[in-house]
Amino acid sequence: MSPAAGVIIAGAAETGQLGKLPGHSTLALHIEGALNAVADAGLTLRDIDGIATVSAPGPVQVAHALGITPSWIDGTGVGGTSFLLHVRHAAAAIRAGYARTVLITHGESGRSRVGAGGYRPGPSAPPGQFEAPYGTFGPTTTFTIPALRYMKDYGLTHEQLAYVAVAQRRWAAKNPRAAFRDPITVEDVLASRMVAYPFHLLECCLVTDGGGALVVTAADRAADFPKPAVHILGTGESSETPMISQMVDFTESQAFRLAGRAAFAEAGITTADVGHLMIYDAFAHVPIYGLEALGFVAKGEAGAFIADGNTEPGGPLPLNTNGGGLSYTHTGMYGMFAIQEGVRQLRGEAAAQAGEPAISVVLGNGGMFATSGVLVLGRQPR
Amino acid sequence: MAAKPVPEPTPETQPFWDGCAAGELRIQRCDDCGRPYFYPRPVCPSCGSRAVSWFTASGRATLYSYVINHRPAPGWEDDVPYAIAVVQLEEGPRMMTSIAGLPATPEALELDMPLQVRFIPRGEVSLPVFGPVTAAPVQVAEAAS
Repeated sequence: MSPAAGVIIAGAAETGQLGKLPGHSTLALHIEGALNAVADAGLTLRDIDGIATVSAPGPVQVAHALGITPSWIDGTGVGGTSFLLHVRHAAAAIRAGYARTVLITHGESGRSRVGAGGYRPGPSAPPGQFEAPYGTFGPTTTFTIPALRYMKDYGLTHEQLAYVAVAQRRWAAKNPRAAFRDPITVEDVLASRMVAYPFHLLECCLVTDGGGALVVTAADRAADFPKPAVHILGTGESSETPMISQMVDFTESQAFRLAGRAAFAEAGITTADVGHLMIYDAFAHVPIYGLEALGFVAKGEAGAFIADGNTEPGGPLPLNTNGGGLSYTHTGMYGMFAIQEGVRQLRGEAAAQAGEPAISVVLGNGGMFATSGVLVLGRQPR
Repeated sequence: MAAKPVPEPTPETQPFWDGCAAGELRIQRCDDCGRPYFYPRPVCPSCGSRAVSWFTASGRATLYSYVINHRPAPGWEDDVPYAIAVVQLEEGPRMMTSIAGLPATPEALELDMPLQVRFIPRGEVSLPVFGPVTAAPVQVAEAAS
């Protein structure tokens, strides 16, 4: 195939249930997501010849559990954006002829911790020496640290930060699968328990169990599947820092910007072409950083842009239409769910369908602004 | 209650921790491009040179950003709420740290305020933390962090 040959997402599905699932191990969630996605593509496991998933439980374990003998394996595990990178790598592998039909799986017992790994870095790893001794403990204590710098330098208010959660709840209210659906106000957000100042509970994502998977294949088969093909028009990836304290500039994500630039350039699009947007939202400041990194607004303007209603139902730029990590679900590595919602919107099957977008952009984050992947997805080929 | 984590030096970070034990904040600088950097590693992140040297930083810094954490890491149960801060050293590099000698409140912790390093014992190492600027080097107990 040529380097520019089309690649599509032919199957996409989540686990039947999300939330608190103590009866499901991490591996069981991978398996259920995988079976659902393969069925969604109208295929069987015998059709799969490539496998990609994060390092725990790993592609060998997932392939073995499903009886897949892969000719191509990707175990990229760089946090919650890994699945976006898997899509990018799968597209390259399909173009190179290394695989024909790739299965990308996610499963995480993030809440119940059944068969799940741990969070703490070893004491001799750089984060173990230079961050953990100061009382860091997971994303609420690290991913959050840049926000005060942004607030001082660009005048983002506590109310604007809170409004990110309000806007996304308005989407979640339309989605029966969302964990939180009751409308909230800025006052509700600011009155919720302080987790790590300046972040209140409702400005932090959920912690849930769940999974999902994708089937990626060549676009010349686009007519062979039961669901409309979603075309992978452009992709990008980058990394910045393994430790939040070493982020180049606390007011912007270099990895978001570089991954976005690559994806938009490959797709040949500008922000004006984007009808639907997903930005990984582990915390309320992340969509603000994402909107600015992708160039939808100028630096310092995203807080007001969201507070003015531009991204909520009825606004011109539908953002995080499943309700996002703040209201829909967040297993720990949320990127798979952001892709799933992009696919649903392009297929026209989302619970909170935002018109008929022709192009959906998905921005994934890994770690604490550590890594990023961006996908430009379309209803039509380039 | 769990113990607070103790950093475990590696060969390339040992000089940093030796400096802390001696009451000095020793970081690295590139011999070729001249740029100082942190965390310790045997290559300059700016130009890729392997010609790098240790020097003693001034210990002066400003408060770059922080959170006030209300959900304690194991070992911090008696310390909540506590600040987890990132300071910018006078020489340029940034590092994560704790704030000593100031209340963990937004009013007391103003971004860009001047701070100065001090060292607290933690297991076998001395840990650099930052607090208000004083005339002389300060030793503080763990409880004050």
